[in-house]
Amino acid sequence: MSADAPLVRGPVAPAVAAEFPGLAVWSCAVGPPARGHDPGVREQLALLSGRFHGARAVELRREPVPAAHRVFFRHVGLDPELTRTPIEAAALERLVAGGHRSGGGRLEDALLVALLETGVEVLAFDPDAAPAAPGLRTAAPGERLGADPALPLPTGRLVLDAAGRPLAELFGAVDPAVRVGRRSAGVRLVAVQVPGVPDISAEEALWTCQEALGAPPAG
Amino acid sequence: MHSGMSQVHAPVRPPAAPAELDEHAARALLRAQVARLERRLSAAVAASMPDGGLKTSVPRPAGPGGPRLLSLGELEVLRDALAGRAAEAERALAEREREREDARVRLERMLLAPGEHRRVRITQRELGEGGCGVWHVRPRLGLVGMLMGWWQVKLSSGCPLPGSR
Repeated sequence: MSADAPLVRGPVAPAVAAEFPGLAVWSCAVGPPARGHDPGVREQLALLSGRFHGARAVELRREPVPAAHRVFFRHVGLDPELTRTPIEAAALERLVAGGHRSGGGRLEDALLVALLETGVEVLAFDPDAAPAAPGLRTAAPGERLGADPALPLPTGRLVLDAAGRPLAELFGAVDPAVRVGRRSAGVRLVAVQVPGVPDISAEEALWTCQEALGAPPAG
Repeated sequence: MHSGMSQVHAPVRPPAAPAELDEHAARALLRAQVARLERRLSAAVAASMPDGGLKTSVPRPAGPGGPRLLSLGELEVLRDALAGRAAEAERALAEREREREDARVRLERMLLAPGEHRRVRITQRELGEGGCGVWHVRPRLGLVGMLMGWWQVKLSSGCPLPGSR
């Protein structure tokens, strides 16, 4: 296994930090994912499918990490019954599909494994778009997500930001231009730690993802 | 923080004015109430399974939608809506439990005196049990039992196969 990339905490805007003292954004930069699928990761996905049977999917909302996400969703004006928390969305998808399907690429598989193992969602960005540790802030008037006019950002919307550029809505749409592509030099992995989620869960999510990617620390 | 994580920025906030402190405290209180209500609602949903059927969604706060910092008023509206939903869910659960208790008492009476409960049916679902079984008071030996007053309680089990009628 490669060495773990150091985790860095990104800036959270003062107004957001005052409202949610436990909210943090952690990230690490890793090199490009190893090529091809990892049979071990696929096997892990199959094993994890067994954990998300119907009864677990119902009880999930009472487990500490998913419960913390549900509360945070309520606090920021999202209804977790309509906008599912990441882990509940994955559990529901598993029930509908009958198993956790491989997403088609090593990166998608690694992100899913990290989510299922820890309950914390990991996002992946092109490191050129996120050269520094991404943070959280509210959108300023007139901002939009990337060049796509269909993705306007209402003022005050919570966004993940890197060096003044909005990368994604918090638990929402991602600017397509900042996604990891074939030409990306590496991957910037990002985890949002909502209040009530232990540090170890956010940390584990990023390291689990890095390990599943088979990517060395960047640089 | 764990050893693997290093902090780059620590948000710094200037000292707040008293009115701001009051609002900050009020917001913190409302968030704590919302958290408690969400946990109550989640507990009610988990307890309602496998039947489910509880309403858990609350009307969306006014405004543009999406994740944002809710105003004091929006937090109050959310708290009140969740309080209503949680109370409604708990009432529905209590009512369901009363109905199940009634069904359990009826079943006990059926078992003690089948002849006094001819043709009565109680489903496993009414008892709050899983499966598709039905407790049914039927005559022993068919027509003979009916004529002789020989009644018994039978539990039919098994869910119908998909597509069967």
